[in-house]
Amino acid sequence: MSGGRGVALIDLSINGEATSVAAPSHWTLLELLRYKLGLTGTHQGCDKGDCGTCTVRVEGRAVLSCLTLAQSAQGRAVSTVEGLGSGARPHPLQAAFDRCGAAQCGFCTPGMLMSAAAWLDKIASAADPDLSDEAIAHVIGGNLCRCTGYTKIVQAIGEAAREVRAGGVATAVGAAATATAPTAASEGAVSLRPTSARVGGRHGKIDAMAPMVGEARYTDDLVLPRMLHGKILRSPHAHARIVSIDTAAAAALPGVHGVITGADLPKTYGIIPWTQDESALCVDKVRYIGDAVAAVAAESEDIALQALRLIRVAYEPLPALTTPAESMANPDVRIHERNKDGNVSKRVELAFGDVDAALAGAALLVEGDYRFHGSTHGALEPHCALGHVDAGGILTVWSATQVPHYLHRALARVLGLSPRQIRVIQPPVGGAFGGKSEPFDLEFCAAKLAMLTGRPVKFLYTREEVFFAHRGRHPFDMQYRTGFSADGQILGVDARSVLDGGAYSSFGLVTTYYSGQLLGAPYILPSYRFDSVRMYTNKPACGPKRGHGSVQPRFAFEVQLDKAAATLGIDPIALRRRNALPPGGRTVNEFHIGSSGFLQCLDEVERASEWRSRKGKLPRGRGLGVAGSTYISGTNYCIYPTELPQSGVQICLDRSGRVRVFAGTSDIGQGSSTMLATITADELGVALEDVRVLAADSDLCPVDLGAYSSRITLMAGNACLQAARDLGAKVREAAAVQLECAPRDVVLADRLATRIDDPARSMPIAEAFIAAEVRFGTLGSTGSYQSPREAVHGDYRGGTIGASPAYSFTAHVAEVEVDEETGEVRVIAIWCAHDCGKALSPVLVEGQIEGSVYMGFGEAVMEEHEAMPSGLRADGGRRLPGPGMAGLLQASSLLDYRMPTAPDTPRIEAIIVEAPDARGPHGAKEAGEGPLHSAIPAIANAIYDAVGVRIDDLPLTPQKVLAALRARRPA
Amino acid sequence: MLRLPPLQLLQPTSLDEALGLLALHGASARLIAGGTDLLPNLKLGPARPEVLISLQRVAGFEGVRVSADGGFDIGAGTRLQDLAEDAEVRARAPALAAAASVVASPQIRAMATLGGNLCVDTRCRYINQSELFRDALGGCLKSHGSECHVVPGGQGCVAALSSDTAPALIALQGVAVIVGPAGERRVAIVELYDTDGLAHVRLQPGEILWRVEVPMLAPGSAAVHRKWAIRKAIDFSLVSVAVRLDREPAGTRALVGGVVAVAVLGPRPRVLDLRTYAGRSVDEALARELGQLAFDRCKTLPNVPFDPVYRRERLAVEVRRAVMSLA
Ligand SMILES: Cc1cc2nc3c(=O)[nH]c(=O)nc-3n(C[C@H](O)[C@H](O)[C@H](O)COP(=O)(O)OP(=O)(O)OC[C@H]3O[C@@H](n4cnc5c(N)ncnc54)[C@H](O)[C@@H]3O)c2cc1C
Ligand code: SF4
Ligand code: FES
Ligand code: FES
Repeated sequence: MSGGRGVALIDLSINGEATSVAAPSHWTLLELLRYKLGLTGTHQGCDKGDCGTCTVRVEGRAVLSCLTLAQSAQGRAVSTVEGLGSGARPHPLQAAFDRCGAAQCGFCTPGMLMSAAAWLDKIASAADPDLSDEAIAHVIGGNLCRCTGYTKIVQAIGEAAREVRAGGVATAVGAAATATAPTAASEGAVSLRPTSARVGGRHGKIDAMAPMVGEARYTDDLVLPRMLHGKILRSPHAHARIVSIDTAAAAALPGVHGVITGADLPKTYGIIPWTQDESALCVDKVRYIGDAVAAVAAESEDIALQALRLIRVAYEPLPALTTPAESMANPDVRIHERNKDGNVSKRVELAFGDVDAALAGAALLVEGDYRFHGSTHGALEPHCALGHVDAGGILTVWSATQVPHYLHRALARVLGLSPRQIRVIQPPVGGAFGGKSEPFDLEFCAAKLAMLTGRPVKFLYTREEVFFAHRGRHPFDMQYRTGFSADGQILGVDARSVLDGGAYSSFGLVTTYYSGQLLGAPYILPSYRFDSVRMYTNKPACGPKRGHGSVQPRFAFEVQLDKAAATLGIDPIALRRRNALPPGGRTVNEFHIGSSGFLQCLDEVERASEWRSRKGKLPRGRGLGVAGSTYISGTNYCIYPTELPQSGVQICLDRSGRVRVFAGTSDIGQGSSTMLATITADELGVALEDVRVLAADSDLCPVDLGAYSSRITLMAGNACLQAARDLGAKVREAAAVQLECAPRDVVLADRLATRIDDPARSMPIAEAFIAAEVRFGTLGSTGSYQSPREAVHGDYRGGTIGASPAYSFTAHVAEVEVDEETGEVRVIAIWCAHDCGKALSPVLVEGQIEGSVYMGFGEAVMEEHEAMPSGLRADGGRRLPGPGMAGLLQASSLLDYRMPTAPDTPRIEAIIVEAPDARGPHGAKEAGEGPLHSAIPAIANAIYDAVGVRIDDLPLTPQKVLAALRARRPA
Repeated sequence: MLRLPPLQLLQPTSLDEALGLLALHGASARLIAGGTDLLPNLKLGPARPEVLISLQRVAGFEGVRVSADGGFDIGAGTRLQDLAEDAEVRARAPALAAAASVVASPQIRAMATLGGNLCVDTRCRYINQSELFRDALGGCLKSHGSECHVVPGGQGCVAALSSDTAPALIALQGVAVIVGPAGERRVAIVELYDTDGLAHVRLQPGEILWRVEVPMLAPGSAAVHRKWAIRKAIDFSLVSVAVRLDREPAGTRALVGGVVAVAVLGPRPRVLDLRTYAGRSVDEALARELGQLAFDRCKTLPNVPFDPVYRRERLAVEVRRAVMSLA
């Protein structure tokens, strides 16, 4: 009952089993479950009460295990997701989540399930419980999800609740007893899984159940014998020279096995080969508060932290530049000394056609200044990496990355090893959204310290470190001038943008190009010019966040269009239709557009939102806004120059009728493994569960470049299709002999090889596989994808950047209600129609649309990743003191960085539009990023429709709306 | 993960035992109830108590009882979820149930206690941060520094009391029953707080907040609590205000008195007495005046992470709406 200092012995019941366990007396229940009991189904997203990821049940109540001391669970009944149900006998909630596609990355899912289970027990026998979506949203109000927009989660909980109440299913009240007992209903639900998958079928993810039963092993769930824990010492200065570092005392601390500094890893790296300006640990300078200075590996995180405090670093502070304006004004205060042009990280100026003449001749010139603020990805899984050198001398790095291939190359470069000596494995990733799309300090530190100590070393970021790693959306200051004819035709666009890049280049070169290059569609721009400059500042580096580089200009441009429509008295949807670029068209910057469902997207949101009958007729304070956009399905070229394929897939057939797919693809929750399984199952006539996808392990899989720029479905999908078709042909050929027909008359479906002209004649697919193996030997094939070699872009300098094999199209309508007294904007609903070419798995495509809309909504109205500027600051008219404040993040926790909770999130309606593209597998294009873009301007335009004010400065906060309303009101 | 300091957890089962342990360990000990405020604060530092005395297992700490006068006698260990869902409390002290129901998130309400909510530490954007952040800043009065960043040059810490139940209980004329080495004492919640953000709860060393008494409102009186935050869950309040209006129980229903109690300003809630408005009828005009009164008399500070100018205006709106909801 009472714990001594040091270690406590705790007796408790875990999932109904009496357990006795010893743990350090300052451990939380979360640590006890994860690191002592191996119950890693309970996850950690913030470790301080802000996210709900760690939710478990104690005595039946859903509580936060990160805020429960392990010792206080003495004698209590604790239940975790591992006790909720199993794959074979799922709890009604697990079955419903699976059925509805409610789990994407699965990281929030266990916590969601536990919150929902506690509620379900409560309402199971209640007289008249409120089962509305709104009530359910409040039940999971304390559980953040970054992937789903909560749409399918709320739906799944609702279905489970109705099922439980209708069926009188007992989900045993109380924690200890909580049902491993299966229910008739839930067993029924399992059998809903299709035995055969066809492309376009409504199935969930193949691996959805793993996180729901606590079986998925994310990087931090991996524990190796003799594993050490690493921690990184970070700079308290926004900009300073490192004069000296003394690690002697830290190295001497008992329990410390290794200490490294920049001198141990001096080789620079960077995701873009031309701008490699980062080092794992700072060598001579620190460039933002949080920059990595030294790292320690020790027997526990406690000892590692203690060691960090013993490291003495002497700094010589330098002026901190916290805004692009400051960086421009102080070129002599160089953030990167070797940079050629002051603090300019990249400048791109491109012009197409005679913009000046077009604007001079325009009937209407719309001019506007726009600001797009910084925001971050907010994946719930913090970055984590584990390094280990095995007996054969191979270094293995497991990392929560979305670019294992680029990590592999960077590790080789920085560690001075051959790629041959390194194996990179990407375990399941708990969300990424671009935030894990380049190498980070912890991966190098884990590897280096594993090499130095001869022991496995794991680094897990704190949530604050995730905010330091950042690579989030660049803040943009934009000036747009757009010329229109009297009937609303766009004549010319002149755009200037200043990008706040933060301390390092990251993807900045590409971002700067994208800021202009991706505006060329979905409209015809007869003339276009852009001038974008990215500045270094002493803040965490910006990079690619969902919709990389094109979300900001899209906001400015779509508001410009809305202003034109209002001035010219043209319906905003009509104006967009009038300017739409047709399928097969070529953009002003010479990108070749393939299929386009843009007009259909506009039609769909117009219909779904009842635009025609409601626009302009809503009560005061309510409004509708529209916007459109486009995005790439991968980029035509690899990040480093190479002629090699961008994606490779290998498939093997098994005598049992199973199929193994090996692919370098990174499933970060978006479902790329399911995509590969779907294409394979469709081609080979097996069930989804017959396909085993082994992904993202450099020892096992052919290379895929990673989960970025929405490239996997198109690229890996094509590679997979090629490999699967190759095998399908062999199987049909062998089956044809037995079925006595031509190979082309054999259909592979429903686990059968069947004669198309005589469905009565068929053979089990496993037998067909065996026949093929007898005939051809062991059955394996490979497929690869190489982007089109013919010119699909202009041959001007930079003309390849932003060029894609295929483009997706999107339209959004948002409905808002503005409280004119408080300035608060309530987004009621967002309709999003997205042309993904072909929905290989519609449930997953809907999930991508819903999650994208959610993320756009969040950054439009409440999220803000900003650092405190140096010098003067208008904050209640007061001057904030001190250079010490410059560069400090205003919000570096999931409490202060406000990501919308379920009750905040509007109703999201995802509408799939299919305009198949000849270049996509089965016509498929991207769906993961495009549906974010126009959500933001649609909301801004809806505010104008509701109350007649324009907020061109994001986010759309109540104080800005209120100020605008007041400025408009006559005095 | 974040680390807690090395600590010893003591889990007494009776009030006497708890008081004894508190006396024994003195300043090195801290009380912990739900832990939802204390543990995040300890994970971030700077406080490093060696001993935590948990009240969770103390008999008689939890529970809502209807008292003889028809009011409530609520154990300080009562969880906010239970308080929010209690049918009696919802019916007869809806402002308290409402305040309890908007704290943090469902999981936190399932853990957090009423006593912990009243004793919640003050909050500030410069202190509820990591050690690295505070080091970069050079600390402040509440950590290892020598200046306040909210009020530069200020002599005291003005971090905000962010409790939602405190304004509600002030409006409801709640009384804290405190037990300590010297026995039991009763302090009106309105008197529970001090203006020093470093030590804002007027508890003496060795004392425990044991119960909260909520008297039955006089006929004609009613109270309401309103919270505003950016998000509908998880967020601490950016505006938290309770209004009680005392009216003639019958006839004109004119105002007799009442209070507006406002939290999330400095360490101490601001309480505005409405007796000067006696005789007024409760209508839109009064609501606007009281909103203006709150605006004039309550100074919001840049201590919590949101624009203080807007918070002050928003407070006026929330007060007006609170009054109208009682009209
Ligand atoms: C993400 C998040 C959001 C939050 N949002 C809100 C919010 O919206 N509104 C709000 O009011 N709070 C909020 N909180 C703070 C906190 O959860 C609540 O205030 C809660 O009610 C505290 O109660 P507890 O029992 O958990 O307190 P504890 O953490 O156990 O204790 C808090 C303090 O009170 C002292 N204490 C506790 N009980 C007693 C007692 N009986 N006698 C004397 N001292 C005692 C402790 O020593 C400690 O100093 C939030 C917290 C988090 C993590
Ligand atoms: S109010 Fe001032 S002294 Fe108090 S925590 Fe904030 S900055 Fe520190
Ligand atoms: S990990 Fe416990 S709430 Fe975030
Ligand atoms: S599925 Fe919810 S965070 Fe990924």
